[in-house]
Amino acid sequence: MRSRSLAGWVFAGPALIMLGLFFFVPVLLAFALSLTNFDLYSLADFGNTRFVGFANYAELVRTPLFWNALGNTFYFVIAGVPLSIGLSLGAAMLLNGGIGRLAGTFRTALFAPVVTTLVAVAVIWRYLLHTRYGMINYGLEAIGLDPVDWLGDPRSAMPAIILFAVWKNFGYNMVILLAGLQTIPTDLYEAARIDGANGWQRFVHVTLPALGPMLLLVGVLTIAGYFQLFAEPYVMTQGGPTESTVSVLYFMYDQGFKWWNLGFASAVAFALFLIMIVFTLVQYRIARARGMV
Amino acid sequence: MRASRTGRTMRIVLLLLLAAYALFPLLWMVSVSLMAPGEASRFPPPLLPAEPGLGAYRTLFATTGIGRYFLNSLIVATLGTLLSLAFNTAAGYAFAKLRFKGRDRLFKLLLAALVIPAQVTMLPLFLMLKELGLINSFAGVLVPLVTSIFGIFLVRQYALSIPDELLEAARVDGASEGRIFVQIVLPVLIPILITLALFSFLAAWNDFMWPLIVLTDQDLYTLPVALAALSREHVQDNEMMMAGSVLTILPVLILFLGLQRYYLQGLLAGSVKG
Repeated sequence: MRSRSLAGWVFAGPALIMLGLFFFVPVLLAFALSLTNFDLYSLADFGNTRFVGFANYAELVRTPLFWNALGNTFYFVIAGVPLSIGLSLGAAMLLNGGIGRLAGTFRTALFAPVVTTLVAVAVIWRYLLHTRYGMINYGLEAIGLDPVDWLGDPRSAMPAIILFAVWKNFGYNMVILLAGLQTIPTDLYEAARIDGANGWQRFVHVTLPALGPMLLLVGVLTIAGYFQLFAEPYVMTQGGPTESTVSVLYFMYDQGFKWWNLGFASAVAFALFLIMIVFTLVQYRIARARGMV
Repeated sequence: MRASRTGRTMRIVLLLLLAAYALFPLLWMVSVSLMAPGEASRFPPPLLPAEPGLGAYRTLFATTGIGRYFLNSLIVATLGTLLSLAFNTAAGYAFAKLRFKGRDRLFKLLLAALVIPAQVTMLPLFLMLKELGLINSFAGVLVPLVTSIFGIFLVRQYALSIPDELLEAARVDGASEGRIFVQIVLPVLIPILITLALFSFLAAWNDFMWPLIVLTDQDLYTLPVALAALSREHVQDNEMMMAGSVLTILPVLILFLGLQRYYLQGLLAGSVKG
């Protein structure tokens, strides 16, 4: 018994030490750092660092670009997540039953964007969205619409990034929701059909309740993922035009690793973390109130 | 019967549209990468190259040092995968089958920590690695990749199915814990180890923000970091940039297609229990 306890520590120890040193300690240090004025001068000599309490957070609240970045991130989350999950659910329902062996092939095709390298596909999409040579504007012209300066116009840059993000991500939740749909007994649908329920009613009264807990999980994970918007604007717009695609993480990256305001940037990171936790808790609250979990 | 047949046709038409949305950008990437310089900068954009050739790839290798970046990515992803397998497999097995004090509480703590976004750790981690002299090194890139709470979870869930009697019998026979792990446990875990290896490789290969922060020397850039830098320099060279994207995406896409079953298994294992 004693040796097995020792063996437990020997097997789990290395991973726990790594996680402790390079994950849990940095999380605590991040909070500590956010309470200091750590900047370029501290980088040269740690002695230049002072404790400033919550001054960075107070500064953050007074910084217009932070509010702008937060607004952009909310825009991305609030428009992108429902579109993304909606398309995942639609695709999963199309794949579920009725098309036989083709389903596997389609599933692979629709899932392919998920495994691709974000930076590389962002480069492709930047080209697809090109104002003059882009395939998307060519398509618009073909159906008689005016070309859009997708990534050059502050009104369309975020929608373009959302279109790209939905393309990249919908396959992930599709696979999860498809697995959920396959557990719903067909008898339930038969019974609903006999009771005279139409397609929409069957969806609302059979499919959605059965998927409830799974939708909650997918929602929580997707929202958390979408809050971490960074590489898309970094590659496609560099935060522009007129800072319309600066996300919170982009702002953190600029503050921390371009201007070396590491104390201030840590406050940005913690603010984002808090917002994400609030969102997660609210979703659980809503789900519980509706009896989903 | 008639209605269900039109229903089936409708489904397939809609799925074909979705598949076009999913695959068109990737297919066009390949097509443009085979075009001659400047061929893609026209309106209307050509669908297929007039004379398919590897010119863009040749320019890419000759002028940008992409071969170097490819090798860097391969080194980082391979080392990351091997280290991830070593750390997470041992820990996952311990959390499933070995009793030690505080084990279950520790595991709950790990699961709770999944809500913390990795970006929170990046600023202090940068300073810590700077003190350790690991900035601008592959070791610095690898540090956050080698242990993953999700990886430990994945292995643990799978290892739970190993019968305790099997391990007890080996202990009664006098086998050491190390020998039990290597001779009994590892062979059983092989399917989940393939899944873990695949996830680790993809995560390391596709990783962007952390390598961008930690690598300052261009010679050490991984493919995504190099590609982001190149795309800012070569805004007009569409054919070459598409060749770079093909080179970056192809390895992970092939790995996924070959090992799809294992990938989806891992994805679902992670979501069912959450």
